[in-house]
Amino acid sequence: MYFSPWKAVAILLTAFLVCGFAIPNFFPDSVVESWPKWAQRHIVLGLDLQGGSHILLEVDSNAVRKEKVEALRDDVRRVLRDARIGYTGLVARGDTVEVRLREGSDTTQALAKLRELSQPLGGILGGSGQRSIDIVDSGNGLYRLTVTQAAMTERIRQSVEQSIQIIERRVNELGTVEPSIQRQGIDRVLVQVPGLQDPQRLKELLGKTAKMTFRLVDVTNSIPDALQGRVPPDDELLYEGKGERRSPILVEKRVMVSGEDLTDAQPSFDQRTSEPVVTFRFNTSGARKFAQVTQENVNRPFAIVLDNEVISAPVIREPIIGGSGQISGNFTVESANDLAILLRAGALPAPLTVVEERTVGPGLGQDSIAKGKTASYVGAALVIGFMLATYGLFGIFANVAVAINVAMIFGILSLLNATLTLPGIAGIVLTVGMAVDSNVLIYERLREEVRAGRSPISALDAGFTRALATIIDSNITTFIAAAVLFFVGTGPVRGFALTLGIGIITTVFTAFTLTRLMAAVWYRTMRPKTIPI
Amino acid sequence: MRLLRIVPDDTKFDFMRFRRISFPLSAILSICAIVFYFTHGLNLSIDFVGGTLIEVQSKAGPVDLGATRTKLNGLELGDVQLQQFGSPTDILIRVAQQPGGEAAQQQAVAKIRDALGGNYDYRRVEVVGPRVSSELLAMSTLGLVMAIIGILIYLWFRFEWQFALGAMIANVHDLVLTVGFLSVMQIDFDLSSIAALLTILGYSLNDTVVIYDRIREMLRRYKKMPMDELLNHSINSTLSRSVITHVTVTLALLSLLLFGGPAIHTFTAAMTFGAVLVGAYTSIFIAAPMLIYLGVHTSGMAGSGRSFGDESETERATVTADSPIAAEIEAKPKTAPKAKPKSRSR
Repeated sequence: MYFSPWKAVAILLTAFLVCGFAIPNFFPDSVVESWPKWAQRHIVLGLDLQGGSHILLEVDSNAVRKEKVEALRDDVRRVLRDARIGYTGLVARGDTVEVRLREGSDTTQALAKLRELSQPLGGILGGSGQRSIDIVDSGNGLYRLTVTQAAMTERIRQSVEQSIQIIERRVNELGTVEPSIQRQGIDRVLVQVPGLQDPQRLKELLGKTAKMTFRLVDVTNSIPDALQGRVPPDDELLYEGKGERRSPILVEKRVMVSGEDLTDAQPSFDQRTSEPVVTFRFNTSGARKFAQVTQENVNRPFAIVLDNEVISAPVIREPIIGGSGQISGNFTVESANDLAILLRAGALPAPLTVVEERTVGPGLGQDSIAKGKTASYVGAALVIGFMLATYGLFGIFANVAVAINVAMIFGILSLLNATLTLPGIAGIVLTVGMAVDSNVLIYERLREEVRAGRSPISALDAGFTRALATIIDSNITTFIAAAVLFFVGTGPVRGFALTLGIGIITTVFTAFTLTRLMAAVWYRTMRPKTIPI
Repeated sequence: MRLLRIVPDDTKFDFMRFRRISFPLSAILSICAIVFYFTHGLNLSIDFVGGTLIEVQSKAGPVDLGATRTKLNGLELGDVQLQQFGSPTDILIRVAQQPGGEAAQQQAVAKIRDALGGNYDYRRVEVVGPRVSSELLAMSTLGLVMAIIGILIYLWFRFEWQFALGAMIANVHDLVLTVGFLSVMQIDFDLSSIAALLTILGYSLNDTVVIYDRIREMLRRYKKMPMDELLNHSINSTLSRSVITHVTVTLALLSLLLFGGPAIHTFTAAMTFGAVLVGAYTSIFIAAPMLIYLGVHTSGMAGSGRSFGDESETERATVTADSPIAAEIEAKPKTAPKAKPKSRSR
């Protein structure tokens, strides 16, 4: 039961320092902002407590795969055409592009050209020796080019990275506080927006790929023919408008200018009709292309296509050389605003699907906090009272130790900038139970040793030593459960596992140090003849 | 002040005698639980089967459940369940998973919003798609299995294998009974129920480990005591601790159950049953007597009836603690006398 003064000071310092990290939680953000960076760390309330939206999106990896293979097919076509090598068939099938060379072609040269398409993966440094494409010569001039798994994975990874950036830009436009956007797993993105009550608009913003193209409308071929399946090879049959006013429109596949060439888009109003419109501006190359096409096609209609839907198809009255224009298409103020946001943020590399959504309104969050608080206070009061009644003076020690224990949990949670959820609060309440148990183990052992006739100091010594071994054993088993929960669990369950795990660590710490220190100081100052337990 | 003693000092209950009742009882209950699980199943929440859960609060007083139910069932969304949640103004709407993938779930929410109109506050909307729910189910099962294996390995290192196995049997028994309870009561089984199961596992093991620790200590000290006497003595000497700890945990859980609100109700209900009721019973009536059947015995197993505290015995018990950790515990008291003179000198 002996503590050197240094050890005692070290224990107390550690405990109070850890507790001290919880201080920022008691001050409003505006006050904490002026503090040094290291002192600003605090607990974040989970979405279930402060209200908000949790949306898990999945990047359509099949679309990414398809696009990658189609790009390879176009590359093969370009390379062979440039080298003037004739081919009879060129198709994309699954992850593979098949090309059949015309009889009598120079296969050596063709193979050399096709090999150029396959690049080593991982740049110059991370040379894994893998290449982006496997080329198999199936004989008779048939070549199979397969995109390797590694290259596909890399492409999907890039798409998710790009998607995250674009999602960030779109979400930030909503003007919400501290949205969090994280990658999850291989092809998922988790968007959490605190305080957002109706995620409908967010989902609409995220649900659009926003690939915008400006293309000419084909006026020479007939739409009825196209509707019967005879779509000219260079055209595409798209639709314009909604509901009853939905009408088919034949649009050229060739893209005049694409959304990538936009530098800005803003919602505004048409000067004559006062209808909401979106004004846009192209970059230099986009402006040049647009000027050229509009000059050549005056009095022809062109289509503004967003995600395979024609927004509007105005007729070119005069060449547009300034590089800016406006889109009108039966917008409301909000839809014009949303389109402007989408155009500014850029197109997603692949469509996103919402695979999980959890939204909590602010009212429920507040109720949960209030209920969590009540339950904690009542639970704490009951436990404190019971410990006092059972152990008297040592009950006070136990209660002090448990109180410091809880303060330390909050300190560590703040240090980790952890998120506190409702199950997390349950975890803390349960920790109080566990922390009390460690004290109960010690004091019961103490009672036994006293009953066995030991002197106070030897009873204290034996009681603590023996109980602490048990405390370690019993807490590690629970800690294993908490650790598994943390690594396997998601969302709310993780919050629970975190507080439970931290709680076990602080419980063992306080049992080994503070509880013993208090008993030791008490023994040294009071020199009791018996132990009042 | 007179201190509260729930359990009197030096109890001498013959717990071992009950094993002839407790083992068959537990076997029957476990079989019932398993049969019930397979016939009635769990009330799996949308976390595991996908679907939509909406909690709304009416701005215009109590909700007419019947009328709302008819209205929502007219939407042709398959199985739509309505239930009052907390107060008469709050209802919980559950919509089964819609055929047609992820987007179809979102459309179902939109339809319900349209049908309910503007007179409601949306307190909570949860939509879990088919892919996520099947992953959550797989991950949760994996988590439970991993936790059980992890704890088994730890106990095996720390004790002898018989103790690890005994603890595992006892605690799988706890989990089986708790799952049976959830199945009988048809309590929502969601992600927090998994958390509850794992906590029950941890808690119940905690309890078992405390008793096992004492049994190990006794085995080391009284090598000739008959095994069931030794087990009885171990349980009796930790009985006060078991009871006091269970009372405090119960107090904490009761306050969560009564004041924590409906959101954590499933969690606390499962915890109260599994950790408090079953866990306490298991450690004493299953985990400890199990050791006899697993072959842990002292040389006095034949029942020679030697007295306690016969520390002069030199024969070794079958299960001894030769591990370095055990040696360390033994060594610790030796360091204590060094400290004593110092503290006296002050």
